[in-house]
Amino acid sequence: MSKSNTILYLDGVSVSFDGFRAINNLSLVLDKGEMRAIIGPNGAGKTTMMDIVTGKTRPDEGEVFFDGQVDLTRHDEAEIAMMGIGRKFQKPTVFESHSVEDNLMLALKGPRSIFPALFHRRFAAEARRIDEILGVIRLGDKRGDLAASLSHGQKQWLEIGMLLAQDPKLLLVDEPVAGMTDAETEETARLLRDIARDHSVIVVEHDMHFVRELGVKVTCLHEGSVLSEGTLDFVSADERVVEVYLGR
Amino acid sequence: MITGRFFAPGADRRIAITIFVLLAAAIIVPLLNLAVSPASAFYIPPYMVALTGKYLCYALLALSLDLVWGYCGILSLGHGAFFALGGYAMGMYLMRQIGSRGVYGNPVLPDFMVFLNYKELPWFWHGFDHFWFAALMVLAVPGLLAFVFGWFAFRSRVTGVYLSIITQAMTYALLLAFFRNDMGFGGNNGLTDFKDILGFNVQADATRSALFAASAVTLALAVFVTWAIVGSKYGKLLMAVRDAESRTRFLGWRAENVKLFAFTVSAVMAGIAGALYVPQVGIINPGEFEPSNSIEVVIWAAVGGRGTIVGPIIGALLVNAGKSWFTGVLPELWLFALGGLFVAVTLLLPKGIVGMWDSWRGNAGTPRAVPLADKAHTGAGLVSATSKPARSPARNPGEWSWSDPEPQAAE
Repeated sequence: MSKSNTILYLDGVSVSFDGFRAINNLSLVLDKGEMRAIIGPNGAGKTTMMDIVTGKTRPDEGEVFFDGQVDLTRHDEAEIAMMGIGRKFQKPTVFESHSVEDNLMLALKGPRSIFPALFHRRFAAEARRIDEILGVIRLGDKRGDLAASLSHGQKQWLEIGMLLAQDPKLLLVDEPVAGMTDAETEETARLLRDIARDHSVIVVEHDMHFVRELGVKVTCLHEGSVLSEGTLDFVSADERVVEVYLGR
Repeated sequence: MITGRFFAPGADRRIAITIFVLLAAAIIVPLLNLAVSPASAFYIPPYMVALTGKYLCYALLALSLDLVWGYCGILSLGHGAFFALGGYAMGMYLMRQIGSRGVYGNPVLPDFMVFLNYKELPWFWHGFDHFWFAALMVLAVPGLLAFVFGWFAFRSRVTGVYLSIITQAMTYALLLAFFRNDMGFGGNNGLTDFKDILGFNVQADATRSALFAASAVTLALAVFVTWAIVGSKYGKLLMAVRDAESRTRFLGWRAENVKLFAFTVSAVMAGIAGALYVPQVGIINPGEFEPSNSIEVVIWAAVGGRGTIVGPIIGALLVNAGKSWFTGVLPELWLFALGGLFVAVTLLLPKGIVGMWDSWRGNAGTPRAVPLADKAHTGAGLVSATSKPARSPARNPGEWSWSDPEPQAAE
């Protein structure tokens, strides 16, 4: 497999915790600009895979490359985030004691050292970018509210908004529609399809209806490696996927 | 630019009032001591000046703890160590000012060194005969210790209770070290019998009044600095690290550096408090490193309300005034009262006095932060005027914990 023209390249990656192999010889390639949905039963290694890509967990073996040439196993979370990988957690994680706007302000692309932050002044360009993102995530009228006061779904969107503010090349989105109503789920699918126009995206999700809405290539993980890959129809027709995940 | 925020109503006005009160006290208290006749009802006796001056140093110490505990969730149980180190640096200067007026009359060696058969001044005492050098050390020694300690602790991602325990161990280790006679810091007797500071007699009323004024002005300055730090983008980041550290990491911030900066600034503030404290009480000994002292600071901050700037100051003043009164009336019951106070505050006033006051007042209006983008559009970005509720910890009532409360959702 050639690494060039890939945004994310995992080859033969394994990691175990206390003898338990969470990821087992996993290989996965994401092309530039592609959106991919990842499904799989609990414990299939979906979140661990994200931990490896974002530098939280180091793999025991295998190669992890970003943008064709950057070896991600050599960098830590903050460096990887600065290279352009954004991550949304499974449980929405926003800064609850800050306003929606300040949440975005802290996420906004820019220098990440202490002294500039200490003497930071807000620029009009920055405010415009925040307005833009607030429009995209439809929280314009909540800009001054504390993030703690948002509904679960709105927090999910705010977190996606923070990813956008970071302006990453690759977004890892873990269960974006957990706890959302049907209407919110459809909105989120629309939002992610919008984002995927100029970003590479990996979405982990259990909601098959939502995955169908996204209409992208699907990878099914099981016991730490790829079980099946292809269109949703192809994957759902796969006997082994039905066996371990979808049920008969 | 800053003034716009300064006179805005709410939490910021409270800061302005605090600074104003402190500056007013710096003028009025010395006047009432020096210029009013002792017969007058307005006369403030010298012991009162020294006592309140001491409380102001404690308040500064509580404020320094608040910066790391209230705004960053780092519960340091070793802030007394930074305070004592600042105090020792000042004490060494004061010792060198005694000159040949000591009991043994040695022009170079302080009394305890003559007593312990020192032949010459240890190398680390050189320079302390200059005030500027001592003042520099007051800042540098606690700051450097905090920097090195924090560098290792935060880099290894030691957090929560574990961090509290190692800060406690740090102050205990220093306690044991300073107790040793051959450390060259006066052993268990510490440093005392001070005569002059900058050429003025430390016992004189005018000097005491000046030290009081210096403490009040320094505290006012520290309130301003803390307020400016907390209101900046960095301050928001500090609270973000407190509330969701892993989120900040995945946004590309180095949480360890964010903490390290606050921890170091806080230690320097604690060191200044110690340096102002020593000439006012006339002694510094290893007892100041006692772990229980550091824990008492936590109680002051908790009683007043952590994460509120003004709260820890009120807490330090109230608890210490209570201590002075109580130990006069019922000395044997003071420790029970202090313990009871801590339990009561934890159970009944989880956000402290100031936090409780805020939530009592805040019930009238819903917390809503002020939108700022409009200002930025027009005013070409002045200081990011902060949203009020965001500056207080804004947590659920009843939620009170030693350190960052929620486990991080980093999965």
